[in-house]
Amino acid sequence: MNQSILQVRDLRVYYHTNDGAVKAANGVTFDLRIGERLGLVGESGSGKSTIAMALMRLIKPPGKIEGGQVLLDGVSLLDLPEEKMRQMRLKEIALVAQGAMNSLNPVMRVRPQIECALRDHDVKLSSIALSDRINELLDMVGLRRNVADLYPHELSGGMKQRVCIAIAICLRPKVIIADEPTSALDVVVQRQVMETLKTLGKALGASIILIGHDMGLMAQAVDRIGVMYAGDLVETGSVAEVFADPIHPYTKLLIASLPTLERKEAARGIPGLAPSLRNRPVRCPFQPRCPVAIDRCQTEEPILREARPMREVACHLYSSESSRVMEAS
Amino acid sequence: MTALLEARRLTKVYGGGLFNKSKALVALDDLSLAIEDAPPTITAVVGESGSGKTTFKRLLLGLSEPTTGEVLYRGVDLRRLDRDQRRQFLRDVQAIFQDPDEVYNPFYKIDHVLQAPVANFGLASSKAQALALIEQALVSVGLRPEETLGRYPYQLSGGQRQRIMVARSLIMSPRLIIADEPVSMVDASLRATIIDTLRDLNRRLGISIIYISHDLTTAYQLSENIVVLYRGGVAEAGAIDRVVQQPEHPYTRLLIGAVPLPDPKRPWGHVENVVEETEKVRAERKGCLFANRCPHRMPMCDEARPPQFQTAPHHVTACYLYRESSATTSTTLQQNFVDRSNLAPS
Repeated sequence: MNQSILQVRDLRVYYHTNDGAVKAANGVTFDLRIGERLGLVGESGSGKSTIAMALMRLIKPPGKIEGGQVLLDGVSLLDLPEEKMRQMRLKEIALVAQGAMNSLNPVMRVRPQIECALRDHDVKLSSIALSDRINELLDMVGLRRNVADLYPHELSGGMKQRVCIAIAICLRPKVIIADEPTSALDVVVQRQVMETLKTLGKALGASIILIGHDMGLMAQAVDRIGVMYAGDLVETGSVAEVFADPIHPYTKLLIASLPTLERKEAARGIPGLAPSLRNRPVRCPFQPRCPVAIDRCQTEEPILREARPMREVACHLYSSESSRVMEAS
Repeated sequence: MTALLEARRLTKVYGGGLFNKSKALVALDDLSLAIEDAPPTITAVVGESGSGKTTFKRLLLGLSEPTTGEVLYRGVDLRRLDRDQRRQFLRDVQAIFQDPDEVYNPFYKIDHVLQAPVANFGLASSKAQALALIEQALVSVGLRPEETLGRYPYQLSGGQRQRIMVARSLIMSPRLIIADEPVSMVDASLRATIIDTLRDLNRRLGISIIYISHDLTTAYQLSENIVVLYRGGVAEAGAIDRVVQQPEHPYTRLLIGAVPLPDPKRPWGHVENVVEETEKVRAERKGCLFANRCPHRMPMCDEARPPQFQTAPHHVTACYLYRESSATTSTTLQQNFVDRSNLAPS
């Protein structure tokens, strides 16, 4: 369980614009363990989707992976030739992209779209075996088998999203990245799609990276969580611990901003704006919005370090010197 | 007293036609709801995609015509408003749409969307007066004019852009704002600020709000009353505190059960896999529209649509599980709503 399937080290992705580089991923480091579901959560523009695309090596100009290392089962993805990388996608690491359900070909039935993915990866099967495989995939994502012979417009949003998941798992990848897989879906369907992902991960022994902005959904869907802010990971830990005892001020505010059905009270939004990722000053990126900022936050950028066993946080209040002060207060 | 805006037995059918009734899709089925001019109210209309929320909004705004029934603005059918009445309607009833990105032209500064209504409705006699009006509207939604005006849409966050849409509607000094999923495209962390803004407008400026959403949690935080729609019909309606705390219709219970709790210690639990049916089967269904997904399905559910049963003074449910209660005598939904004066001050 503690063995890592995916190791991301100091991943840097910049988008080069006329006004300078936008640092969308600014040295992100994390591990994904075998069979684990990891959630990456943050506001829009915090670099979540950039990381998903970078792990798939799908960053397009003006974006560029500037540095870092991505090891999938020991293979360094960033050093592979393009053709090798193409074979890795779907087979070893698959992406359910944001709004994936709108990426289905509207004039093609579902069956040939799944076949297409298989054929592209040189899976040679007899037509009977192929048909069996497709039936099996549809069973796994909880769709009826006749869905294979329908067109995308005959399916609801949740069904389309499940077809996309079926395509993503057709080669039994080791890592599945789901980028906001339910952002356009209703709560009921959202819950079903999340359950589908969860059971699939278990059935295939795959690890899942779930990307989203809804902490409530994360609480229900993942084992471990990484909170992103302005291109940095600011806190990681098991989802139970992070919710029970958030360390970073941003995480605390994120959790407090969730409206619930239990208390009728004014949930608090987080005041202020996420900073521009261009020309970042050297300081804690959350400092302008932070209710507990200290002088040091304005002059020095905190780095992600272990605060407790299995918990990492990037905040000066929890670095070694000030930990005693915090405990006293 | 005539209501500000009243939906009377509103039905909208898409498609179909004389010879092909089976293809017709009933998007909204016999909905009656009135919004009074005063006191100001906040009413949530909640349902999943395809429940008729957006159809309802379009009918209320006069953007499409009902198949049967009518929408009355101060007692006059929207289709028969004269010129002056129509101008007044366009000012009194404002809409806020789902996607704050699609409303803006990226090449114009955001000032443009704020100046357009001032110019179109001749709300100001001088530039200074127009500016004052715009600044006042921005302040009302919690934005600082000096930090907002003169910027381009991309320089603002999604939450700010959505609040500017609220400010735009305020310039018209409306009586009613119809907000269709105003927070669904906004980050979870910013939703609370939009909800706060809407609540504040209602309390401070006396503007009524119809809050259309699939998100029960924000609806609960904001509204006093709720209408739960399922496939165009009213599943359940009444005081939101009661509906959320004691949901009756199995669909409402399903909705509430699907809200992700922000607490990993209390998991969702198992969810039954719903067999989704195609539009054709749905159109031919005679009985309760929810029957195929319902865990309490009874033979009678397949025979006829359940009427609305009055289960409590401020609660109606269209489900045969409550057939021991008498069928409701109210002709429009707001008769089942609570008045704010009956509620504990929040």
